[in-house]
Amino acid sequence: MKIHEYQGKQIFERYGIPVPRGEACFSAEEVEAAAKRLIEATGNEVVVVKAQIHAGGRGKGGGVKVVKGAAAARAAAEKLLGSRLVTHQTGPEGQLVQRLYVEQGLDIARELYLGLVVDREQRRIVFMASTEGGVEIEKVAEETPEKILTEHVDPVSGGLAGYQTRKLGFGLEIGKGSPTPKETLAEFSKILSKLAVLFDKEDCSLCEINPLIVTKQGKIVALDSKINFDDNAAGRHKEWSGLMDKAEEDPVELEAQEAGLNYVSLDGDIGCLVNGAGLAMATMDIIKYHGGKPANFLDVGGGANQEQVEKAFRMILSSPKVKGIFVNIFGGIMRCDVIAEGVVAATRGLGLKVPLVVRLEGTNVELGKKILNDSGLKIQSADSMADGAKKIVAAVSGV
Amino acid sequence: MSVLVDKNTRVVVQGLTGSAGSFHAKQCIAYGTQIVAGVTPGRGGETFTAEGADKKPVSVPVFDTVAESVKKTGADVSCIFVPALGAADAILEAFDAGCRLIVCITEGIPVTDMIRVRRTLEGQPVRLIGPNCPGIITPGACKIGIMPGHIHRPGPIGVVSRSGTLTYEAVGQLTALGLGQSTCIGIGGDPVGGLDFVDVLQLFNEDPGTEAVMMMGEIGGNAEERAAEYIKKHMKKPVAAFIAGTTAPPGKRMGHAGAIISGGKGTAGDKIKALESAGVKVAPSPADMGTTLKSLL
Repeated sequence: MKIHEYQGKQIFERYGIPVPRGEACFSAEEVEAAAKRLIEATGNEVVVVKAQIHAGGRGKGGGVKVVKGAAAARAAAEKLLGSRLVTHQTGPEGQLVQRLYVEQGLDIARELYLGLVVDREQRRIVFMASTEGGVEIEKVAEETPEKILTEHVDPVSGGLAGYQTRKLGFGLEIGKGSPTPKETLAEFSKILSKLAVLFDKEDCSLCEINPLIVTKQGKIVALDSKINFDDNAAGRHKEWSGLMDKAEEDPVELEAQEAGLNYVSLDGDIGCLVNGAGLAMATMDIIKYHGGKPANFLDVGGGANQEQVEKAFRMILSSPKVKGIFVNIFGGIMRCDVIAEGVVAATRGLGLKVPLVVRLEGTNVELGKKILNDSGLKIQSADSMADGAKKIVAAVSGV
Repeated sequence: MSVLVDKNTRVVVQGLTGSAGSFHAKQCIAYGTQIVAGVTPGRGGETFTAEGADKKPVSVPVFDTVAESVKKTGADVSCIFVPALGAADAILEAFDAGCRLIVCITEGIPVTDMIRVRRTLEGQPVRLIGPNCPGIITPGACKIGIMPGHIHRPGPIGVVSRSGTLTYEAVGQLTALGLGQSTCIGIGGDPVGGLDFVDVLQLFNEDPGTEAVMMMGEIGGNAEERAAEYIKKHMKKPVAAFIAGTTAPPGKRMGHAGAIISGGKGTAGDKIKALESAGVKVAPSPADMGTTLKSLL
């Protein structure tokens, strides 16, 4: 799960990680008022108006405006709100801007990158730091990997050892240009410790500050925040539901998630209903292999009940792009009769206007086939995965 | 022959009295697995009954702690069906009780929990399979997990996979071709887990009962690339593979927490290339997993 920059900064503040003074706003009027308050409080005319969307690359896409004075802030807000911001992460259609964040301007001396992610190979949380702040870190990793410093967090102590923070601090030359280099290094070490604790306690899967800045006064400030949460930990974070911005999510994927299904929209026209993630991916692959295009990834999971299967099948049936459906089940925990009942129940309300190919295998397969046969639905049955894929591709291309 | 589990393996099921635990423990017992104990805190002293492979009733004592169950029954392997937020603790409990092998079926354990578990188990004489996996089966001898037992046959093929149902698909194809399995291990779909491909390939490499290996990988991480390196250097037996997710879009989590292409890394194409350069025969489609392996024999 992703959250907005301003929400991430609120979490930073709770952990004592310095962030610029700022306010979240939903209208141009609010932006003007917030800018006034900021200018009064800081004595600095410069404020920054930032579009709040989940995708990265906002600066380059024109979603961050540095302006002077409250009236200019309002003008910038009027342009941004309701516009569609296109960045390298949004796709060409862009993302609708509905929230803004207004922040005090700061005297930036240096822009650095600091991020925490899970290193799967080392099975550790890893700090990544780079002097190349404010740009895409993926690009830095590809072109100049030597500019990325890494240190792993010890899972027992939950933090970095003193020498590790020094390696990062001196590696970044964190004190360079600071009027008080020793204090700047000490402050940096504290921020690293706090971030490690935050990542663990808040169950993050990603926590990025890009850029982390050193001001001309030698202070370190998180100028941006990007936090992703580990969905698996949702059960112990009731507060996450309040942080979710549904406008940022794909409505169909959101609906699936609420029904306990794994669903990803794709560009093709063959709807797939499969049990198990690996088999669901393999089903997409085999459709492509035989010349078709999958419309979705849909894993109903191992323990789905009839209602979930019905919901899943309804989602496929009601998608306008779907020209044919392939149900591919290898029942282990999942019983074939439950799948069959769900499929039949969904078609009762919505009808079946496109070709349907069903391949059932495993637990209660005979009962499942009987339920489908007795339903009177026009179903082509398949003996194997390849047989099913060929049949649905042929049926769709023939329509 | 087989790896890790056989007919003498004695299993304790953590979470035996829960709905998933009791359902699957019954299936395991009916397959002939020696489930000798169950653990549900607060339910110690109860008895769980099921029907064995010979249709005779089997009684399984339930204990409050794994330590007690191991002491009283001599169980050496644990199978975990504990809900996600308690599962990491359950793994640590099994380790503390001295289990040599821990099979964690549970899906959805937070990654930070698993990082701590791995740190604790590192360098210790214990093996973890999973989490988020179907388990392990030595056909005809011992089934610990949720896979449908009837599709398996005893034989010489070792099977290892990050997926559940895709493994059933592969096993189904192998069995249909008359190729039985020595042991099948589902290592799970999470980013941080226990045994990985290299660990299992090592076991199969040393097992005299395994003649060839079928491995199923998927997008995300670089476990397949590391497996390719191991195979190139050390593998004495032929390996066939399939990698799921050729059509998966980047940046999207495909069901499994670990199945995601991030920053252009972990694509199916990269993995297939790495495996092929190590001499592995990669099935062009998931329908050809069995025939691809057969062509190597």
